[in-house]
Amino acid sequence: MSKLVQALNSARVRGWLYQALFVSGTLAVGWYLVSNTLTNLSKRGVATGFGFLNREAGFEIGESLLTYAASDTYLKAMVVGLLNTLTVSAVAIVLASILGIVIGVARLSSNWMVGRFAAVFVETVRNVPLLLQLVVWYTIMNRLPSPREALEVVPHVFLSNRGLKFPTFVEHAGHGWAFLALVLGIVGAVLVVRYGRKHRETTGKPFPTLPLALASVVLPPVAVFVGSGAPFAFDVPVLTGFNFEGGAAVSPEFTALLIGLSVYTAGFIAEIVRSGILAVPHGQTEAGLALGLSPAHILRLIILPQALRVIVPPLTSQYLNLTKNSSLAVAIGYPDLVSVTNTSANQTGQVVEAVAMMMAVYLIISLCIAGFMNWYNRKVALVTR
Amino acid sequence: MSKDSIPQSTAALAASFEEEPSQASVTSLPGGVTALKPFGWARNNLFNTRLNTALTLLCCAILWFSVPPMINWLVVNAVWLGTSDECRAAAGACWSIIVVKHRLIFFGTYPFDEQWRPFLACALFVAMLGVSGVRAFWRAWLAGAWALVLVAMGVLMWGGVFGLTHVPNDKWGGLPITLMLSVFAITLAFPLSILLALGRQSSLPAIRSLCVGFIELMRGVPLVSVLFMASVMFPLFLPEGVTVDKLLRALAGLTLFTAAYLAEAVRGGLQAIPKGQYEAADALSLSYWQKTTLIILPQALRMVIPPIVNQFISCFKDTSLVTIVGLYDLLTAATVATTDPEWRPFFAEVYVFAGLMFWIFCFSMSRYSQWLERMANRYNRR
Repeated sequence: MSKLVQALNSARVRGWLYQALFVSGTLAVGWYLVSNTLTNLSKRGVATGFGFLNREAGFEIGESLLTYAASDTYLKAMVVGLLNTLTVSAVAIVLASILGIVIGVARLSSNWMVGRFAAVFVETVRNVPLLLQLVVWYTIMNRLPSPREALEVVPHVFLSNRGLKFPTFVEHAGHGWAFLALVLGIVGAVLVVRYGRKHRETTGKPFPTLPLALASVVLPPVAVFVGSGAPFAFDVPVLTGFNFEGGAAVSPEFTALLIGLSVYTAGFIAEIVRSGILAVPHGQTEAGLALGLSPAHILRLIILPQALRVIVPPLTSQYLNLTKNSSLAVAIGYPDLVSVTNTSANQTGQVVEAVAMMMAVYLIISLCIAGFMNWYNRKVALVTR
Repeated sequence: MSKDSIPQSTAALAASFEEEPSQASVTSLPGGVTALKPFGWARNNLFNTRLNTALTLLCCAILWFSVPPMINWLVVNAVWLGTSDECRAAAGACWSIIVVKHRLIFFGTYPFDEQWRPFLACALFVAMLGVSGVRAFWRAWLAGAWALVLVAMGVLMWGGVFGLTHVPNDKWGGLPITLMLSVFAITLAFPLSILLALGRQSSLPAIRSLCVGFIELMRGVPLVSVLFMASVMFPLFLPEGVTVDKLLRALAGLTLFTAAYLAEAVRGGLQAIPKGQYEAADALSLSYWQKTTLIILPQALRMVIPPIVNQFISCFKDTSLVTIVGLYDLLTAATVATTDPEWRPFFAEVYVFAGLMFWIFCFSMSRYSQWLERMANRYNRR
């Protein structure tokens, strides 16, 4: 008896007991829910399993990177939706970062007026729900003039209720080679930077890294481009009848989603950038000046590494938020993963599988972005002993 | 040569003299002389470098071209109490759509004659929010007062007692939905998030990994998918014959989602407690729950009040997503108001108004959380 009491009082035994209770409780609840779901599904005559993915989807998708037709499978439809999600997120992340950095720096400007402008932007954008902003952008897009009276934002770029029309290059074999040369040039530049660093570290002498790297990136593609006869032609959108011909277009839904996501996230990124820059004490700049570094060197070698250390972790979560927020596309009819999955679930009735797949895909995207940003964060993190 | 250079240098000297007195007037003169101050201030803050001068002029140009038309649209040419035909004729905003539709935007499809009830509920709620902001009132009775107010809100909204007619909650809409969803979600999520955060910090591997799994799952997926799950999968989870209405399902989804984010905020507080506190509690041979409730949580929660308020703000904004699963919140009501063919062209006014409602709530709360943070740090500053 006393042995038992002793055992029950030991932290280890109690720990095991609690865990066993907790896990079995969770399993019991889980089993209860699953069994309920299965009975409900069989009562409703809904099939289970992922077999539906190979069946014909039968619905059209407005925009797609792949060639997709209604006769393709549900799986392909979901892949199309996923690619749409990734496209809009990737472009919005770039735009939001640029806009956010500009606004964040502007908010710290010594110019009072610029600072106020940035503050008003940030406080407006952050305190209004994203969904409302998206709906507003979408309504604006839809009520733009028709292609005949399209707004010419910059020459040859037209904004109308059919979306954004912009010129593209006429494709030519020389472009591919020039692109290949660009890739090789970038590889060369990386090698130059590595060699330059090693050279500096071993000999202590400066090495013209920047000019050489730039030359390596710029010269080969230009040479190939000129060598292949400089094929340079634009496919310009031209108004014929009721719509434009030529050029490329993005839909009003995509444009609205892109603008909404970028502007909303830029407000948050601006605050992150601001706090990151403020986190570097002014003494660091002064110390750099005292060492005789140039302002560019101070920014690149002293301020940025320290500011990035503060900026990167919250920035990661903003990128994740942006990707997850792109799911609001379903509200304005952009065919992203959520809206395609939703349509599939409504058609097949296999809601559980569809929602589970959707969640799994988002989880994988989140883990990938988090993994990449963690890797980057380790690179910029403070190395301590 | 020298003759030429002399006037130049004197001019430069004169300029530098001119500069110095005005600098002095900014910094050293006593408060009586303020006439010079704006000029000095403007020179220091708006025209101190060439770049800043250019930027200032650019900003002025933007203001010059944007503010007068905006004021014309918002106020001067606006129609306040006209018909839709008058609005179509006018060049300015049509605020009469707000005047005509404000009941719809605020209270959705709630029976028209009974709309004083949601109004009273919202007024009670906002008053309570104001009272809770005062630190002197952070006492035990405040929790009781909140419970009373929430019961009163429920009675007002549902009715069915005290001679109030019963209003089923699929008729609710507008601002009360937004307010109630956000406050109930955060209130229910709070205890759950504390348990999750404690579980995540626990030394027991099974409990820890389950908590980590839940938190990371919820934080890795978008709220829309959680709401979809709540609205279509919850009915499947329940045994036959048991149904939960749409509002409660959305509330459950929102609560689970908010709890995961709140748990991370609480974890931040738990991690910020010095290890000595844990050790001191162990040395006093307090049990785990005594240690947690008496020593750790009071300190940790005090630290995380600002992030909790921030989470409340984002929860408030997130409630607008329930429109996707077919609930009638403020945003849905605003969108519905713009679909009336008679008033269709005046969507901007409605969205400006709805945006302003959200903005007022969110902005005041975020200012409040900044103030709280300053108050919390006031003794730490040197």
